[in-house]
This record gives sequence, structure tokens and C-alpha cells, in this order.
Amino acid sequence: MPTLVSHPDEVKVLSKRFGLGAADIDKYIELDGYKATQKAIAEGPEWIINTMKASGLRGRGGAGFPTGMKWSFVPKVSEKPKYILVNGDESEPGTCKDHLVFREDPHAVIEGTIIAGLAIGSKMGFIYLRGEYRYLLNIVEKAVADAYAKGFLGKNIFGNEGVDFDIITQTGAGAYEVGEESALMESLEGKRGIPRIKPPFPAVVGLYGGPTVINNAETIANAPHILLMGGEAFAKLGTERNGGTRLFGISGHVERPGVYELPMGYSLRKAIYDVAGGIKDGKQLKAVVPGGASCPILKADEIDIGLDFDQMAKAGTMLGSGGIVVLDETVSIVEFALRTIRFYQHESCGWCIPCREGTDWIKKTLTRFHAGGGTKKDIDNIQYIADNMMGRTFCPLGDAAAMPTLGFVKKFRSEFEDYLAGARPANPLIQIQPVGEPEHAGAH
Amino acid sequence: MATIPNSIFTPTTAARFDKLATIYPVKRSALVPMLLYAQDEIGYVSDPVVAEIAQRLDLLELDVRNVLSYYSMLRTVPAGKYNVQVCTNISCMLRGGFELLDHCKHTLGIGHKETTPDGLFSLEEVECIGACCWAPAVQVNYDFHDDLTPEKMDAVLDSYRAREPK
Amino acid sequence: MADVTFIVDGKTLTAPAGTLLIEACKSHGIEIPAFCYYPGLSLQAACRMCVVRIEKQPKLATACTTTVAEGMNVTTESPEIAQARKATLQLLLGNHPLDCPVCDAGGECELQDMTFKYGAADSFYAEPKNHRDEQKWSPVVYFDRPRCILCYRCVRMCGEGMDIFALGVQNRGSSSVIAPNIPAQLSGVVENGTELAQLDCEQCGMCIDACPVGALTSGTYRYKTRPWEMNHTATVCTHCGDGCKTTLGVRSVSDGSEIVRGDNRDKSGMNGDFLCNKGRYAFDFANNIERLTSPLIRKDGKLTPVSWDEALTFAGNKLRDLRQDRGPNSIGVIGSNRTTNEENYLLQKFARTVIGTNNIDHHRTADFVTLATSLQGATGRFASQHDVEKSPAILLVGGDPTNQAPLTAWNIRTNVRHNNARIYIANHEGIKLRRQAKAFVQVAPFGYGAFIESLKADNDFAKSLHAEEQLVVVVGNELRGGELASLIKALPHAKFALLADYANSRGASDMGLLPDVLPGYQSLAGSTIANEYAAADTPGLDLLAMFDAAAAGNLSALYVVGSNPVKRYGIDAVTLKSTFLIVQDLFLTETAALADVVFPAANLYEKSGSVTNSYGDLQLVSKAADKAGTRSDFELIVRLAGHMGHDLKTLVPFGKGLRSDMGQSRGAQSGEADRHSVWMTANNLEPKTSPFDPFAILDEIQRLVPGYDKLLRLQLLSGNDQHISPSASGLVQITTSRKDLVLPSADTLFTSGSLTRYSPMLQDVQRHQSTEVADHLASAD
Repeated sequence: MPTLVSHPDEVKVLSKRFGLGAADIDKYIELDGYKATQKAIAEGPEWIINTMKASGLRGRGGAGFPTGMKWSFVPKVSEKPKYILVNGDESEPGTCKDHLVFREDPHAVIEGTIIAGLAIGSKMGFIYLRGEYRYLLNIVEKAVADAYAKGFLGKNIFGNEGVDFDIITQTGAGAYEVGEESALMESLEGKRGIPRIKPPFPAVVGLYGGPTVINNAETIANAPHILLMGGEAFAKLGTERNGGTRLFGISGHVERPGVYELPMGYSLRKAIYDVAGGIKDGKQLKAVVPGGASCPILKADEIDIGLDFDQMAKAGTMLGSGGIVVLDETVSIVEFALRTIRFYQHESCGWCIPCREGTDWIKKTLTRFHAGGGTKKDIDNIQYIADNMMGRTFCPLGDAAAMPTLGFVKKFRSEFEDYLAGARPANPLIQIQPVGEPEHAGAH
Repeated sequence: MATIPNSIFTPTTAARFDKLATIYPVKRSALVPMLLYAQDEIGYVSDPVVAEIAQRLDLLELDVRNVLSYYSMLRTVPAGKYNVQVCTNISCMLRGGFELLDHCKHTLGIGHKETTPDGLFSLEEVECIGACCWAPAVQVNYDFHDDLTPEKMDAVLDSYRAREPK
Repeated sequence: MADVTFIVDGKTLTAPAGTLLIEACKSHGIEIPAFCYYPGLSLQAACRMCVVRIEKQPKLATACTTTVAEGMNVTTESPEIAQARKATLQLLLGNHPLDCPVCDAGGECELQDMTFKYGAADSFYAEPKNHRDEQKWSPVVYFDRPRCILCYRCVRMCGEGMDIFALGVQNRGSSSVIAPNIPAQLSGVVENGTELAQLDCEQCGMCIDACPVGALTSGTYRYKTRPWEMNHTATVCTHCGDGCKTTLGVRSVSDGSEIVRGDNRDKSGMNGDFLCNKGRYAFDFANNIERLTSPLIRKDGKLTPVSWDEALTFAGNKLRDLRQDRGPNSIGVIGSNRTTNEENYLLQKFARTVIGTNNIDHHRTADFVTLATSLQGATGRFASQHDVEKSPAILLVGGDPTNQAPLTAWNIRTNVRHNNARIYIANHEGIKLRRQAKAFVQVAPFGYGAFIESLKADNDFAKSLHAEEQLVVVVGNELRGGELASLIKALPHAKFALLADYANSRGASDMGLLPDVLPGYQSLAGSTIANEYAAADTPGLDLLAMFDAAAAGNLSALYVVGSNPVKRYGIDAVTLKSTFLIVQDLFLTETAALADVVFPAANLYEKSGSVTNSYGDLQLVSKAADKAGTRSDFELIVRLAGHMGHDLKTLVPFGKGLRSDMGQSRGAQSGEADRHSVWMTANNLEPKTSPFDPFAILDEIQRLVPGYDKLLRLQLLSGNDQHISPSASGLVQITTSRKDLVLPSADTLFTSGSLTRYSPMLQDVQRHQSTEVADHLASAD
């Protein structure tokens, strides 16, 4: 089972109940659980949205959209029912924070969902977990059942006449693309996970055609904490326009990998060297992928920046989903790039040409390159394809594939050239496939 | 909703499906979970599974096939009783995911998406399973096993073998 | 919606707010390329070819999903945009087989055109292309999977357009593939040891027309020729009464020119995108080796090939002698539902003025006489096919357009999809169009009378119908005579149309192939046309009465043109033993086999003229193909009259009109000749120097037949349809004792009367539908 880690620099807001058995509803109530919901019912939608706006909370799924603003976009009056959709389709490589939220504090997600419902006037929420998280689905389903049993869900919740809220849990079945909000709605409607044309945006036309708020599980789990501690207090924990704390998953070549709750704006260098205990086995740092596989890679000399959306953007990368993947000096960027593009090629939904064909050709080219059949022209071609995917695809997956690829070939071009010249990693991570043999993944 | 006569599923699963088709604002929403739960019971999404689910949700069988072929956890051929899914995505790769995969290949004597002759194990290289901070990680069916080494992996496989009656 | 003003490539344009940018540009002559966009189908934004630069937007935007807005400033061509499109093409071509030299679509392929325009010819991939084998989905639909660019047009055409949903997208990413509704492992069809996926659908081939590349190809056309080696003629389909245009691709062969392809990719007619299975593929009867190509005379009991002269002389002399010896009323004439208006008019004129009898009829497939007489005196109550496409409300009583009138069904579906039209259906069967219906009334078998009664009662269905201000009523051929008349009476503000079975069923009625009415439903006595004909004013024998007379030995001769009554009406061969029988047809049908003289006739694709569809929409028929040894029915009727010694100038008014300089045929001004002659033809001024010129008789039709007097020749010659309403007054008054001889042909999507058995395609498709996909039919609807 995943182990919980801790570090003195952590500021535990969302994770304060982790390890305390809060999946049990009585324990959760003992730890101030469901107080925020009752407060939200008492104070009303406007207060909830203002508090959320004041908190500076930005979406934890990757795009970083201000949550309070997102909630405020939903029309007050709607002919069709409004819905809350919790995105627990956590699939960005390097990211496993929601995994812990569901396991350690499922009621926080439920509470957040109810609060979002109260804020926008919705009576139904969905919690969608990726199919691989079956054991977490069981935990969440039990939590939902317990909440119903206590009268926290269903009709007249907490004894409030006319205040109804239902939650349906849902499982995916293996598709990264479904993490995209409109593809998530399609999947929940029993369809292929192909994104929708926007506009209209989900806040206006979403699930079953009704106005819908879609939030990442971590985002929504923050809501009860924010309502209890106050928006400003939460905001103050972070930096300007980047309120609060967030869960950072630090993985790869570090001594103490794990999920840590750090204030927004915390130093990336400190996160790696202090919080996660530095590079594993005393090796040197080569590079960091700062926010999940789709974020452009940072070189070892680029890590003196704060972990918030704006500082990352300034550095030409993204905070993404908070999955920090650390590479030591032994890693071959050619290998790392190949494994990254294999993922996007496998997960491209195939709807639009640039992403479907672009990921496929980069993968094919890199596979040959990696096997020793590359040419200098291949490096240019990879960059050309990625350049022409950027900003041209139907949904952000194309960018998510192109951005890291461009990062690899631009920042580490010499490594590709050395690879051509015969330099190979001392400890290759990927076995070289003879060209023409069936490949590992991707044989979907 | 009328229950399906001569369901191919066990009474428990059939009853669960009856309910699943009623809880959503639109019945079709039950499709993806239903396919997954059907696979859990039958072992894979067989043609009769497609037919019954289409009937349950008032869909064309083609609709069901379009959807099922999209999701990588759903399969239309049987797998082993214990489906060993080794993650080799970036975080796992950095901590030995490929080594683990190769180890499994050699130990089990099978390759990607293959099944041992006794039908006990099948092997699959999978994309990120959301256990990056506890890498390298493997899922056997739905169970997570993390922070693995080849030695620990052997123990994991043994624990599944031990579940079988001698 | 109100117009908005915006700028495209520096030009200020206006369009209604809400218009898609790609459409707004197209209507101003600015073409934005696209693969996935298809007018009328749902939006995809998948191909990324239509990207344009919109001022103040961070990324290139797709013109197919952007609606025009006031002040929007758009650039549709720039180096940036060209590069985006070029890169997309390069990516597509990476996996495309580039087998253009053998591809059916070569020369008319959107991918080729785009590549040519954006110059994406460089190839920088060393890896093998993703390959998949070609699949045969049905006798008429093949799918060459590697050529597919995944634009999803076929999927939408089949689902949204046809309401069949037989095609889907399966797998994902670069493994994505279009798949038919019967997977290989369930098809039971094995070829070379491989199970084949199959298509269970209406076999319309709309997916093929929609395909921008050569991924979907037609079983009847594939690998036969190159597009530029064909001549293309747009003409009207012969198979049902809807009046679809079909563009026939023909090429020269040793005995004329044969049709190798039918489609409607040029959207040339009232059917827009649409064509059904028969319109697209069932031209193959024309190339059947069993076509008659020589006149036959029965000698020693056997039909023997003879010269044209011998056959015509023999038949003409015999008819003349029998008329003299046994009187004109001993002779009968039966016409066709598939011959042109000009031929039908000529045939009844032949019966009434050359023979001198009203013994003329045809295989009636709908009761147009009742329709015309019931609506007598009213204006604007005859519905056009276009009304079905646009009217806000449609009532369908009886009939099953999906199978009998596929364009009508398409138009109803399109109208619902685009305009939210309200469809009301009363039927004794739960027909497929029920899925589009707002309300459906189940009628008991033979219970339409009761249904019509219920329209007077206080019920929801009747109430909503009476509340409709613009109601179009489409009536199936279950209703005729008194029932039809009372339906028309029950809905006094609605427009009406009857569904009939073949290309010119309506024209056959309109042109007076009826024993009791003259062309335009005019009386046998007292009408202008009756006076001009100076023919008998007593009704003649109807079709069945002719055979009764023959059985009684009272029918000396019977002249059958393009009809197979022996099979249709189950006539015993003995009935005709003492009747001199002349048959002209394409094949040796059951009727022709009994004949004394057989003339090999041309079919509708091998002649010119006009036809009128079930709705009364008149269209031009153009000669596409040619078969040596056959002659048009028009020519045959004229020649027969000539051989009877008739003065042809009184039958066909040829040689009239102005003679004129036809203009230069060479040099810089040579185009003038064509324009000049089109103008002259349109104004009835062309010479018509031959008695075989159908336009000579069209002059007379325009002069004498009420309704047809309003047609505009220029519209006709331009290929546009014109709606014909029978005259407002002066029609024959029908009596309640009038015999009802309507016999619907009961054709399906895959039959076309006697032509069925001569179309190998229809035979193949019937086999496919009944065996290969039979088990799945139930689940499709």
C-alpha cells in the first residue's frame, strides 16, 4: 500500500486528516467533518462563491483556472438540471495525489461536492474515478453510503427542508483523454471519450446538456477546508494569485518520494533537495519534469523557482498537476522522450489529425532513433512535427504531447546528437527493440 | 426497467445491472461501468456480453463496440485469472519499471498481452496507474503492489499462486 | 437572424448572425478547405484543415465551428495558415497508401486536391505505413481502410442522414478505424479463410458519396475506369416516383456507351446529397446481356430476329388491317410508368387519333385521378417534393417512404433534423420513420377509413393536425378512391401528395394513359383537347377489361409499351391467344414472350424528354447511354404510326417554328452557337426538323395539357424542377362507381418491378440482405 510521508516544511490543510482513518465517517465527523457543509447551507451560495474566490484556489487538475470564478459562471436559472462533476480520472504520469485523497479523506471530496452543488444550485453530483482505482472506488462508495445513512446526502440533507443532494460514483475503464473535462462528460454519458467542441463551455452546456461544474478531486476536497478557515486565510498560505497549499507528488530519482502538501510558491529546489531528501544514491540532478509528463522539462540549473502557476509559466513550463518527476544524471533523455511520447501516442483519442498522426510519427521516429537507426534529420523532423501540433489540435492533449517533446529536443539536442554518434546510457532503462519487432505498449 | 430474461450474468450482477440502468439521468451512462463489471465477472467482454448490455441499455451493439474498443482496460479476449499489469511510465521507468516487466516476462514465460498456458497469469505493460510516488508499481487485477523489486515481484506472484487450491 | 458585418481577407462581408464562418465565406466565393466539415451534418472540428486566423484570438480557429460575429476580422490564407494545413496533410499522407494511380477517387479526391494546393509532397518518414487489409462490407460497399483519413463523414451520413447508424468509430488514436455494424466474428461470411465484417443497412451508398477520398468505394464501379475517361450526364432515376437526379458516368463500348457509375456528388437535383441504392447502382440492368437488340417476329411459333423494316411493316400493316376489319375499339394500348411524358402523351394520342380508341391504360400505382379531381378549383394544394423538405409539419398517411420513396424519407428526416419539423404518422405498420414522428397513430389493417373519421373527432392527434397552419400530407398508395377523397376533404387547408412507384407514374396519369380521361384529366367530351382530337367520347376499356375482352375473343390487337401486365396482373397466356400482340421493351418479359412482334426499346437512361415525379415535379431527362439495336419508345410509336399510313405531321408537330442560323461552330465565337440554341429551345423557337424530336410534342403538351402550360422551358433545360398542378377547373367529374385499378408494385429498396431480375447488383444485394445480415435485421430498427 502507498506509504504516507511527512516533512516539517509541509503545511497540512487538505492532508491534515491523512493517516487518521478519516475514511470512517464517525472519525471524519470527529475531525470537524461536515461542519463546512452545514455552514454553507446556512450562509448560502453567494457567500460560498465569494469565499472560494477570496481563497485564490486554482484548479488542481492542471490548467489552474480559479475555482470560485468557475463556479460563478454557472447561470443562476437553468431549464435543465445543473450538475457537479468531480474529476478523479487522475492519469497524468507523475501524478498520484488524488489517489491519496480518495483513500485517506473521501468524505472531504463528498463534502466539497455538496458545497459546490449548494454554490451553483445543483442537486446532483458525480464522482468519476479512473477504472484502475477500483479499490478507491470501493472506499468512496462506502463513504457515500455512510453519508446517505447519516442524512448528509439525499433529501433534506442535515435536516434542511428542500435541500437535496445526490451523489453517483462512476468508474472509467482506462483512458487518459477522459481526464479532459468534456471528454469526461462524454465518458460519463456512456460514450467514447472524445472531447466536445467548445464553446459552449460546461458551465453553460455540460453533462446531459445541463450547466456543469467540473473540478479536480483535490480542488473540490479543498472547499470544506476553505469554508472553515476562511478564504483569505487560505489565500495567505500561498503566493499572490496562487492561493493556499497543494499536494505535490515527488517521484523518480529522489530519496524520499511521496506526496507532500506544500504552500504554493514553495521552492522547487527545496522540494527536491529538502522535502524529498535529494537525489537518490547521491547522484547528480539532470532534469525535472515539474508538473506531470506534459510539462516541458527543466534542466538542473532551472530549478530555482517557486512552485506556482505563474512562476512556472514564466520559466516556459507548467505547474500542471503537481507531479514532480526527478531525473538523475544517468537518465538518457532519448529514452525518457521515447517513453513519454509512447504514452501520448497510446492515449491520443485519434479524433483530430495532428494529434493522432503526430504522436504516432514522433513515436515511430523516436523508436527507430532509439534503436540506433536515427539520422540528424530525425531530430529536425521530430521538432517539426511537434511544432506543427502545438496549438493546432482539437483538445489540449496535442499540446501535452508536443510541449514536452519540444522541451526534450530543444534543451537536450546535443544529447540526441551524441546518441547518433554512438553514446548510449550506461544503464539503459528501455531495452532496445530490434526494428520491426512488435513494440511494448501501444498495441491497443 | 424490465429485467432481462436468461441473463448471462450471475443473479447478483444481473440485479446490480438492473439497478445501474436506473440511477442515471440517462440510462446510457451505465455503459462504461457495466462493461467493466461484466468483464470482471466473465473475464472479458464477449459477444454475448455486448449483446446483453446493448439490450439492457437500448443501444445498438455497434454503439457498445465503439465504446468498448476505446477504453484500454476493456478486452475482447480472455486474460489470465490474474492479470499482471506492469507500469513502465516515466516515474516507474526511472525506478525500474522495465526491469520489472522483463523480470515478469522471464518468470512467467510470456510477453505483453499473453497468458500462461495454465491460464493463471497474463501480462500487460500498462501506462501510468497513478502510483508514481511508490514506484515501481504493478497492478494484479485491481490490487496495487508498489515499491517493487524483482525479488518482491516474485513474492507477489507467489502470493497469487498460493491462492489456488493445490 | 440579423446580419452582421465582418472582414475576411480584407473584404467586408455580411451574413446572418449565427452563420458558420466556413459557410459565410463559401457564399462569398472564399473557399476554406475541410475534410470533416460536411454541410448539414454535425460539426467535428477534427481535420483541422479549416483553420483560419481570427484577430485577437491566441490560436488558429476552425472556420467550421466559428460563427460570424460583428466586427470579426478573419484571415483565411497566409503563410502561417498554409503551413498549418500543409503540416496536417503531411501527417495524413504519412500513413496514406498513396495508391492514387489505381484509386477510384484519383482525379476527384479531396486529399489529392489539397495536397496539390498546399504542396505537401515531401515525405520524411522512414517507417512503414500502418496497414490494414481492405474489407468488403456488402456487394456494393468496399472499405479500403488505409486510405481512410477519419473525417467521420460516413459515420454521420449513415447515422444522422440515414438514421441507420451502421457505421462506427472503433479503437482509438492511430488505431482508430471505421467499422461496420456486423463484426467479422459474427458475420458468418468467410472468404479465403478470413471472416469478413459486414454492413447491415439500407445499402444506399451515401457513405461512399460523402467520402472525400477513395476509402469507401462502390462494388459496381471500383477499378472499372478513371473518372476522366467517362462522360457525365445528370438525369432522373428510373426506379421510384421521387424524382432524384442521378449523375451517370458513361464510357464508349463497341455497341454504344455503357453506364459505369451513378452518383450524386454534384448535388445536381432536387435530391441534394441523396441517392438510394437503386439510384446509385441499379443502372446495371441497362448493360445486361439479355437486352433485346433486334426486332422479333413470331415465325412458326418462335420469336425470330428480323430487320427493323420487316418488323415495322408487318406490325403496321397488321394493325391497320385489324382496325379496318374489326374496328378501332377492338384494339387496346397499354403504356408505361417509366417512359417520358412526351412518349406517354404520344402513345395516348396514337391510341386516340391513329387507332381511334379510348382503350388505353397503364399499370396505375396511385390514384392521381382522385387527387386531381378532389383538389379541383383549389390553388396551392398540390405538394412538391420541396415541401417535404421544408414544411414545418407533415402528415404521413399509409406508405413506407423509407422503402418505397427513399428521398421522401430522407427529406422528412432532414426536415426534422434541421428545422425541427413536426411529423405525424398514421400507419398500419410501425414504419421506421416513426422514430422521427411527433405523434404516431396505429391504424388497423384496412382501417384508414376509420382513421379519417377520427380526424373529425376530438382527439389529440386530430387537434394538433388541425392546429397546423402549413401541413403537407403525404399519402401512401393504400388510400385511393373514396377514402382518398374523404381524407382530402377532412384536411381542407393541407397540401397533398401521393406516393407512386416509378419515375413517371404521375406523368403517365397526367398525360392521359387512362381510358376515361384525356391528358390533364380533361373530359372525353367537350374539352379543348377532345375537340382537337375529334376522337370517341365514350370511355374505353381499362387494363383489366382489355384482358377480359381478349379472353372473350374481342380484342384483335394489343400494343404494350414498356409494361409487363402479364406478370403484374397474373394474366394467363391463353387469354391472348387470339390477340395480335405488339410489345416494346428492354427484355423478353413474360408479356413480350407472348408477343407476335417485339421491338427492342431504349430505357430512360438512353433517351431525352421529361418526367413528372409523384409530387408533380417535372424534370428533364437527358440521354446518357446508348445501346446499339434499340430505339426510343418515342421513335417506335412514330414509326409504327407511319407504317400504318398515318400522316406524321398530325401526330408530331415537327417542322414548325423558326429556322435560324445556329451560329458559328468554330473559332473564337463558337460558344455562341450553344448559347443561341439553348435560348431558342427555351423559347420554343428551335426547328424540330424531325418527327422523332420529343420537344416537338412538348410544344403540343404545353399548348393543350392544363398544368403543363405553365412550365418554363428554360427552367426545364437548365435541369431545374418545376411543380405542375393539374388545372384548376374543367376536369373530368369522377363517379363513385369508377373502377379502382390501382395496383401498387410493392417494390422495396432492392426491387424495381420487372427490372429487378435483370440487375445483378439488386440480386446480389438481396442475397446479402437475406442471408449474410439476416440475423441482424431485427436489431437494426
